[in-house]
Amino acid sequence: MMASLTHATTTVAQTVSLFDGVDGFVLPVILKLAFVLAVFFVLPLVGGYLEHKVMGRMQHRRGPVEAGPFGSLQLVADGIKFIQKEDLIPSAADRWVFAVAPGIALVPAMLVFLVIPFGPGVFALDFELGLFYALAATSVSVLGVLMGGWASANKFSLIGGLRAGAQLIAYELPLIIAAITVAVQAGTLSLVGIVESQATFQLFGTGINVWFVFPQIVGFAIFFVAAMAELSRPPFDMPIGDSELVFGYMTEYTGIKYAMYMLTEYAGMISMSALMVVLYLGGWQLLPGVPLPGCEAGGGLFDCSPLGIALGVAITIAKIMALVFVMVWARVAYPRLREDQLQRISWLVLVPLSLANLAVVTILKVVF
Amino acid sequence: MAATSPPGTGLLKGLGVTVKHLFRRPSTLMYPYERDDLAPRTRGVIALMDENCTVCMLCARECPDWCIYIESHKETVPPAKEGGRARTRNVLDRFAIDFSLCMYCGICVEVCPFDALWWSPEFEYSEYNMESLLHEMEKLREWADTVPAPPPLDDGAQPPAEVADAIEKAEKERELAEAKAAEEAQAKEQGADAGGAAPAAAKADEPKVEAGQIDQETYDQLIAEGKSERMARSKAKAAYVKKEKARLKAEAETVGDDGGAEQAAAPKPAEVHVEAGQIDQETYDQLIAEGKTERMARAKAKAAYVKKEKARLRAEAEGADATASEEAAATDESAAAADQEPSDDRAQTSDDAPAQETRKLGDVQVEGAGEIDQEVFDQLIAEGKSERIARSKAKAAWVKKRKQEQLDQEGDA
Ligand code: SF4
Ligand code: SF4
Repeated sequence: MMASLTHATTTVAQTVSLFDGVDGFVLPVILKLAFVLAVFFVLPLVGGYLEHKVMGRMQHRRGPVEAGPFGSLQLVADGIKFIQKEDLIPSAADRWVFAVAPGIALVPAMLVFLVIPFGPGVFALDFELGLFYALAATSVSVLGVLMGGWASANKFSLIGGLRAGAQLIAYELPLIIAAITVAVQAGTLSLVGIVESQATFQLFGTGINVWFVFPQIVGFAIFFVAAMAELSRPPFDMPIGDSELVFGYMTEYTGIKYAMYMLTEYAGMISMSALMVVLYLGGWQLLPGVPLPGCEAGGGLFDCSPLGIALGVAITIAKIMALVFVMVWARVAYPRLREDQLQRISWLVLVPLSLANLAVVTILKVVF
Repeated sequence: MAATSPPGTGLLKGLGVTVKHLFRRPSTLMYPYERDDLAPRTRGVIALMDENCTVCMLCARECPDWCIYIESHKETVPPAKEGGRARTRNVLDRFAIDFSLCMYCGICVEVCPFDALWWSPEFEYSEYNMESLLHEMEKLREWADTVPAPPPLDDGAQPPAEVADAIEKAEKERELAEAKAAEEAQAKEQGADAGGAAPAAAKADEPKVEAGQIDQETYDQLIAEGKSERMARSKAKAAYVKKEKARLKAEAETVGDDGGAEQAAAPKPAEVHVEAGQIDQETYDQLIAEGKTERMARAKAKAAYVKKEKARLRAEAEGADATASEEAAATDESAAAADQEPSDDRAQTSDDAPAQETRKLGDVQVEGAGEIDQEVFDQLIAEGKSERIARSKAKAAWVKKRKQEQLDQEGDA
């Protein structure tokens, strides 16, 4: 109780967003929206480029080389191509549902970025319930997937959509339990608060400053695997398993709608990686227990020089991209799981493990 | 995985393999900027050497896709010899392959008995619509210039049957020609002894000699040289006929001189024959310097010698009659061809088929193939041809020009 109380007092001072520094009521809101949109459209492209390149090199290819310097604008070119494509709707499809489904998948993926802190003071919103909000928002995306699969009037789409639903239910549980464990450790649900608490967190009973990934290595692994599964990234991509389901719930989608689904996937990759960075990897901190260069001890907005803020953002993004790299790495290394294996891993391994992890961390937290 | 290794080792191994490959050089070839050396038998496109095509229609019939279109008409060829029978021959009007249907099975190339169809490695002929993939004779002929020489055989490999046959045949022909040349030289000597400066060979009063007898002297000599009995006999027969004729003619000449004047004016081409076997040292040295094999250099030098000698003799004779030169050139060339053929290596064997058609040009040796005719090159590029085709055509144009020049010079001489 003591810990959470002190956190509550410190966070009040630190949870001022950079964008609140501007006078007025409307302007900060516009700036925040612009920030979220910029992050939403730029970072997934960077992540996608990274995936193209890393996958290419791991397979002895070069990845994109022609569009832009080193092929960096390949995804932009792809986007332009998608916009030009004919928008086909199957005649038997539930037209209305079919049309809005990609949007329903896309918007929550965008909303997650509202609460994710990218640097000291660099966030749109600091929710007291930030973690809860983020996990809730990511779970809504699957609704769009289910709708798309159902409305396509296609058996492959339907099976793909249902698989996605089953996968979400199976992996949401370990994901949330792992996240709760972190919240217990940090004593707050605010994402900014969790980052702050890692700055001063010391390993139980010792004086060593560490990030949450050390006491919670099991939780981190669970979260990582569950996040990949929830995003239906390979090797957990049964919902779109192309050898069995053509392209799952996206089979009937073309053009801009298809692009929206893809953007959802890449944005999900970024937001999940960002959540992991915030929960386990110390957010924008460079080293555990060491204040960022250019920042005072606290590491809030008012403790940092503009350089420190920029550095914080760079560090966060670097950490996010490192996690994206690992996801791509796993994608290249591992073959797709079978549907029953996927469910088995979740219910028989991850859920018990995460519950045990929660119990152990809670006990330790009370004891020390 | 071994049963002893702890769980998860396989997963880590997998990650290890992929990360190891992350730092390897990609094996990508940056195609439009870099080009691969395509294998000599690359199935890029089917090229046609239309001069070889006899319109036998085998390819069109064997093509599983029926995508070869051939049109032709018949022409009557006048008899080769007086009193012979006129023949008909097919003349190719249209030869087209529809590459939107072709499946590159290569059956047409395989089945063509006259080496008219070839695989070319040229592959950049994509089009924006399917109809444009129907390529006509002219285009197919262009591709024929891009057909590479077949790769050399392995050391110690037997030459292909047709090459071995060709060499054997050419060797025989040369022996025959040599023997004939020897006889004729003899005959000429005798003729010269008898009839003064003018060699005698007028058709009008060619003395009749009964064939069937053999010239014992020639026969013995040939047998001694290791020739087969049959060949020696036939040669000796020929020698007998020749000798007899020469003798009779010499007799006639001493009697009357009205035929003599005419004979002097029209030397028979056969008489402008040079004893083969010697080599033109200059040509030989030059070829060796160019890195040709000794065998080829010798053969070419021999041919050059024969050619020079003939040119000299003909020039002498031409003072008397210019009309004989045409016929002389024909025999001259066939003799030269006979001399060269055995020395042709395999790479050239594949070329000697088209050479048959352009025989006059084909017999002229040109040094420095590989240069290109810049004018032709520029023009082709301007016409939108691919660089590769333009280059190969420009090369061909260069060689052709040189050959033509050389031919013209010879003609002048
Ligand atoms: S390669 Fe085969 S399909 Fe193509 S033209 Fe020749 S025979 Fe016909
Ligand atoms: S098989 Fe050869 S020779 Fe016969 S028609 Fe075809 S290309 Fe001409």
